[in-house]
Amino acid sequence: MDSLAHFEPNASRRYVAIAAWWGTPRTGGFALLALVIALMPLAIANNYFYDVAILVALNAIVCVGLNLLIGYAGQISLGHAGFFGLGAYGSALLASRYGWPPLAALSAATAGVALVAFVVGRPILRLKGHYLAMATLGLGIIVSIVISTEDGLTGGPDGMPVTPLTLFGFVVQGERAWYWLAGGCLLLAVWIALNLIESPIGRALRALHTSEVAAEVVGIDSARHKLLVFVVSAVFAAVAGGLTAYYTGFITPAKASFMHSIELVTMVVFGGMASTFGAVVGAAVLTVLPQLLTVLKEYEMVAFGALMMLTMIFFPRGVVPTLGACLRRWAR
Amino acid sequence: MSTLCVERLSKEFGGVHAVEDLSFEIHPGTVHSIIGPNGAGKTTLLNLLTGVYAPSGGRIAFDDRDLTGAQPHEFAAAGIGRTFQNLQIFFNMSALENVMTGRHLRERCGLLAALLHTSRLARAERECRERALVLLRFLGLEGYADCGAETMPYGALKRLEIARALAGEPQLLLLDEPAAGLNPTEALEIDGLIKRLAATGTTVVLVEHNMRLVMGVSDHILVLDYGRRLSEGTAEQVRNDPRVIEAYLGTVNPPEALHA
Repeated sequence: MDSLAHFEPNASRRYVAIAAWWGTPRTGGFALLALVIALMPLAIANNYFYDVAILVALNAIVCVGLNLLIGYAGQISLGHAGFFGLGAYGSALLASRYGWPPLAALSAATAGVALVAFVVGRPILRLKGHYLAMATLGLGIIVSIVISTEDGLTGGPDGMPVTPLTLFGFVVQGERAWYWLAGGCLLLAVWIALNLIESPIGRALRALHTSEVAAEVVGIDSARHKLLVFVVSAVFAAVAGGLTAYYTGFITPAKASFMHSIELVTMVVFGGMASTFGAVVGAAVLTVLPQLLTVLKEYEMVAFGALMMLTMIFFPRGVVPTLGACLRRWAR
Repeated sequence: MSTLCVERLSKEFGGVHAVEDLSFEIHPGTVHSIIGPNGAGKTTLLNLLTGVYAPSGGRIAFDDRDLTGAQPHEFAAAGIGRTFQNLQIFFNMSALENVMTGRHLRERCGLLAALLHTSRLARAERECRERALVLLRFLGLEGYADCGAETMPYGALKRLEIARALAGEPQLLLLDEPAAGLNPTEALEIDGLIKRLAATGTTVVLVEHNMRLVMGVSDHILVLDYGRRLSEGTAEQVRNDPRVIEAYLGTVNPPEALHA
């Protein structure tokens, strides 16, 4: 960010200030994302493209939260689809079966997920590395099995229909309305994540990622901070899950499955760990790419896999951080 | 004032007594050195005094507060800071951010304030940044403020660890071999730094092999061997203690190292 400010030594102070504003993620990056979301409809031809854009935004919300846990705090979770599923099914059950107002159902489901993450996170976040991966994997699988087998409540593997979302008495219907809602929620999620990272809590998370013992001896309660970011990232997933359920109008256990957890982690790693915009880009590319590759028919997955491998070879730190480093070198 | 009180402290690693039945007190405002041959238990002792290891027996109290078995962050909160023999820098941050992280205990921040980036937090962050810059200047690191820690030379990183530890405003600072791997000029800078710290009233505990440094700055020296106290006293007393000389060199001739 400072390289931008010093890019033109003779520039007026005002120019430098503007460059600095645009060069920091919390102001410039955020403004750029808002601009992209605002201008996207000009390039969108029909409802199919709107549908893809909405799915991108909803996936990106989960990834921005998951990146706080994986990218910044350095803790792995292979069970985030479980939180996504709990948010989705919690909202769907309360709203469709018990007739709660959809927004109240979403809030209650999110609070429930936060509680589950808090209770489960306390013991399992003591584990590190592969062991934490195993424990979160187990958590995700339990959630997935419960949803599939409790068919009296959830409809089992067949899924269940969900009532549409109503906000302040208006039913949110149609791709256009949902586009603005999902886009707004994504902006809010990104803003909150950027704020958190640039706060003392964010520094503490990054600190315990590199050296837990050094973080502890400067007074950072590492267990408390890990639990905090685990709960925050679970809340992001639950909100996105609830919104997805209302948007699609139908929810199946696949959204809570292990495969979906892996997809989410892949999006974060692909876009770039410890980069909030990387998480957004990762979600966008990995949501859009399978749609584009359908033209290849039976070779779709082969091409997808090859593209993933090539990306990780040429962009080892993820797309956004590696490209960012290239740009900075070029600017000098 | 806060005194560190250690009573009958011991630490075993599967039958090996790294620290055994050790008792001492460290009084405020002094420079207290811990020396001893390699494997004498010096770093183990520092790890015990900062909660990185839990003791197998004995008691640690600071400021009349019992810290036995407490977590490292609780030792930090009690006012004990430290550096590491093998660098433990936050390499994913700039030098300035490393020092700002060191102020964690001095800048309490709630989750909601962090998520919403309140104006009060923004003010606290500006102040934190200012204070971190002052510390970087104190250690002659102001030129590195915005450099990524991974690009800094070894000597600068050693001082960055000290700046980060000082940022928490500890009453007691434990330095684990601050001069190890430094050239004589850099070691001399550490010497001056410890004297300046002592002058500001910070109690310093120094673990070091550089005898010129230890003998020059210490008010009190504790000599360890095989995890036990071998000798204790002023530089003069320790230097002339035949047991110390024997532990270091195994002869009765006065060793070069201690007179250097």
